[in-house]
Amino acid sequence: MIPAAFEYERAGSVDEAVSLLGRDEDAKLLAGGHSLIPLLRLRFARPSLLVDIGRLDELRYVRDDGDRIAIGALTRHAELVRDPLLAQHCALIGKAAAGIGDPQVRHRGTIGGSIAHGDPASDLATIVLTLDAELVVRGPSGERTISAAEFFAGMFVTALAPQEVLTEIRVPKVQAGTYLKIERRAQDWATVGVAAARVDGRVQVGLTSMGATPLRAQGVEAAVAGGAPPADAAALAADGTMPPSDVNGSAEYRADLARVLVRRALEQL
Amino acid sequence: MTRIALTVNGSHCEADVEPRQLLAYFLREQLELKGTNIGCDTSSCGACTVLLDGESVKSCTVFAVQADGCDVTTVEGLADGDELHPVQQAFHEKHALQCGYCTPGFVMATVSLLKENPNPSEEEIRHGLEGNLCRCTGYHNIVRAVQAAARAGT
Repeated sequence: MIPAAFEYERAGSVDEAVSLLGRDEDAKLLAGGHSLIPLLRLRFARPSLLVDIGRLDELRYVRDDGDRIAIGALTRHAELVRDPLLAQHCALIGKAAAGIGDPQVRHRGTIGGSIAHGDPASDLATIVLTLDAELVVRGPSGERTISAAEFFAGMFVTALAPQEVLTEIRVPKVQAGTYLKIERRAQDWATVGVAAARVDGRVQVGLTSMGATPLRAQGVEAAVAGGAPPADAAALAADGTMPPSDVNGSAEYRADLARVLVRRALEQL
Repeated sequence: MTRIALTVNGSHCEADVEPRQLLAYFLREQLELKGTNIGCDTSSCGACTVLLDGESVKSCTVFAVQADGCDVTTVEGLADGDELHPVQQAFHEKHALQCGYCTPGFVMATVSLLKENPNPSEEEIRHGLEGNLCRCTGYHNIVRAVQAAARAGT
């Protein structure tokens, strides 16, 4: 359970991190480390260089940016839970963050790490997809913005180029929103999670652990937009999904959970 | 090897570590602070919980190099001479341990919890300690100890 040897560099700025990533094609970024270190310990990941961005405090913030809230990528889960701006304008983020891991994990884990890891069981990844968030990244040629819809490319695969660093997550202010999940035990990843929010009057719904990436429940959204009551719309929750069967539940069980949780979430909006 | 300098239980310390050295192993093997136990070694059980800059973390899932420049407190750093820390005293008085293996982690997690929430409800205590597993006590006496420590105003 000891990781393979690696080189270690601590970046003093985002630009330095970008340049360090360019030094080694097997380099990986280390933020809070609570997705990466377990993988290193199992030797599922064996990067030759770790670039530590955990001290870049300029990426730890939550700011009001007009019709959006801007969240620095290194903002920790515990900070998302107690942030007053998020509580006022996008409370489902704090609600989801409060359910990630346990207090020790929330003291270390970051929103950017959780999203950039590309894990289909990530609660925050589902939320940014559901909210059509914009993800600001910096690379060798400067900054660009990736829509959440384009960001999640596959299981543990994102649209980030090898030298790019996720720096900011921009979410809309929502009129209402919630995040519900079922896990088998305390600390577990979501067997299924559901995000639902009312954004500019439109209801948007996303699913965790129902496929290789976080997914939007498009059938549900269309039904709600067409005036269907929650129970009828929620019946479409598993349409077009490919949930896994694993120790936490079969695909059929997950499909059923998705329908139940979507109905509950819609009833809360 | 990477040179790190940090404060552990109030004392400055410098050491050369391999970057892959985990904080739990650094504390136990290089500093010989064996109060921090390693249980599951997979960031589940919480036996290795220490304070990093005042907040509870699982030291099996933090590299020692990440603690460079930081302030680390282990269970050895709580007592004031022969006088137990109020959380330790409460665990003792309420019989909040049986085999004791998980206890250093529970005590450190409790110190962090009470700092963030000085008067937690029973439910908040149970949720606040969900990162720590005890296989002996059934948790009831641990909850009572945390309530007693909160009353003692830690």
